[in-house]
Amino acid sequence: METALRGFVHKYGKNVDTDVIIPGKYCNIIDPVELGKHALEGLDPDYTAKMKAGDIIVADTNFGCGSSREVAPIAIKGSGTAAVIAKSFARIFYRNALNIGLPIFESPEAVDGIEAGDEIELDPATGVIKNLTKGTHFKAAEFPPFMRALIEAGGLVPYVERRLAEMA
Amino acid sequence: MGMTLTEKILARHAGLDRVEPGQIINAKVDLVLANELSAAVAIGVMRGMKGASKVFDRDKIALVEDHFVPAKDAQSAKLAKLMKDFAAEQEITHFFDVGRGGIEHVVLPEEGLVAPGELIVGGDSHTCTYGALGAFATGMGSTDIAAAFVLGEVWLKVPATIKIVYDGELQPMVYAKDLMLRTVGELGIDGATYRAIEYHGSTVDRLSITGRFTMANMAIEAGAKNGIFHADEKAIAFVKERTNRPFIVDRADADARYERVIKIDVSALEPQVACPHTPDNVHPISQVTREDVNVDQVFIGSCTNGYIEDLRIVAKILEGKRISPKVRVIVNPGSQKVWMQAASEGVLTTLAAAGCAVNTPGCGACFGGHMGTLGDGERAISTTNRNYVGRMGSPKAEVYLASPATCAASALTGKITDPRVLELAGV
Repeated sequence: METALRGFVHKYGKNVDTDVIIPGKYCNIIDPVELGKHALEGLDPDYTAKMKAGDIIVADTNFGCGSSREVAPIAIKGSGTAAVIAKSFARIFYRNALNIGLPIFESPEAVDGIEAGDEIELDPATGVIKNLTKGTHFKAAEFPPFMRALIEAGGLVPYVERRLAEMA
Repeated sequence: MGMTLTEKILARHAGLDRVEPGQIINAKVDLVLANELSAAVAIGVMRGMKGASKVFDRDKIALVEDHFVPAKDAQSAKLAKLMKDFAAEQEITHFFDVGRGGIEHVVLPEEGLVAPGELIVGGDSHTCTYGALGAFATGMGSTDIAAAFVLGEVWLKVPATIKIVYDGELQPMVYAKDLMLRTVGELGIDGATYRAIEYHGSTVDRLSITGRFTMANMAIEAGAKNGIFHADEKAIAFVKERTNRPFIVDRADADARYERVIKIDVSALEPQVACPHTPDNVHPISQVTREDVNVDQVFIGSCTNGYIEDLRIVAKILEGKRISPKVRVIVNPGSQKVWMQAASEGVLTTLAAAGCAVNTPGCGACFGGHMGTLGDGERAISTTNRNYVGRMGSPKAEVYLASPATCAASALTGKITDPRVLELAGV
């Protein structure tokens, strides 16, 4: 998560739920690229046609509410979307996104200061969000220390491997 | 300062004397649940973990085939087989195939796999259902479930607790589902995010265990991490009939700290309906029926309302009658045991004679998977828990959420109907 991400913004409202991120009928798919073809289909059927790899989703509060389906962040990542910025995230989606390596940023100010079509740059290491179109910048909420340690360890899988070694 | 019910269970499982909201803990789990969808991804993650060849305890994992089964297509069959093969390889004690289980959240309590004071995580957001029996239970994604499979522990942030106190006598034809819809309407779909909900009051003390399952089940609809009841004599009796395993019955301390206390007087509560397209868009039925709201499909079932008590309510309303020719009614008993009980009581025959299609237990219709998917422009009233755009199929369909009684009344008329009207008419 070192390199800065740069892309154009697709903006959505509050309560973007997992049923519209990846409708239930696709939940028997495992392949991330195949899932990615249906990302946001229930909300914006044109999303995958109009987005380009590296684009960024910006949304209001409670992004990812609803089901625990991990295929929701997997579909977003599989579509080539680089990151999601929201005012807040639903609890299970937040964990799932970090676990599968979809960069997420919480910043109400950034959401209010970014419009659809803006080009933005994100630095996952510092949480700095630059709106290149408008020449403004914002700072995302920092991850709590435990989550930061998890991210720095490379995610949950390496963490589990270390715990297993300790327990052995 | 004392601890809430959730804090007590979490502290014990973390080996700590006390915990505070916001604290990150590492907690031992008593049971890890997955269905064929969450398991398929979790198994893949586990295969990629160095040193993770075996699950932590083959007796403490429950695997339930319930979402796309009986297999909808070859891809679904592949996932069902993947979990079945994993269960065989790991010698998992509690594996439930089609015909021997049903909907995971109905099956686990029924099989004695949930007891008060236990900590349960599941690869399904409605895992919070088990709070009905005084357990801490929460839903997670597949990578977290894979970690729990091999470690037998999870990291958790201790949630602050919202206490909700319900008092008053429920009117006829008003049920736990109405109470919970009203609650989600009041909290909003993110009103309890990162929080525990602790249910209190004389109304919920009088509720059956089924009613408590319905209420704990929908805690996630307000964004909550878990919803929990104190295990009383009824809950303890329910569990002891199903397992000999020892368990601990916790109580919140008198001086426990609650982030918020909400009081709800239920004595004047009407049946409630969640209108499209969010579960918190809740209105009393008298408002919804001001205009005719015709429906194409009525669905009875799910982990929210697929219990024998629910089916009995529907059968009582439909007995000796025919459903409206304008609607189709689909009934999914929650589990094989519920199905058998309903069969032996004649409930299934009553429903079928009224014109309902009675299916085998499963989650399919609720999440738009199969066995009752809605088409463009169709409208359903359903006993399930979510009504987001596209939840039950087409993004151009509409879903209203209500109690089994309200759904049964609507089945007779073909439009959303107040079950109390039938009551007055002596139906």
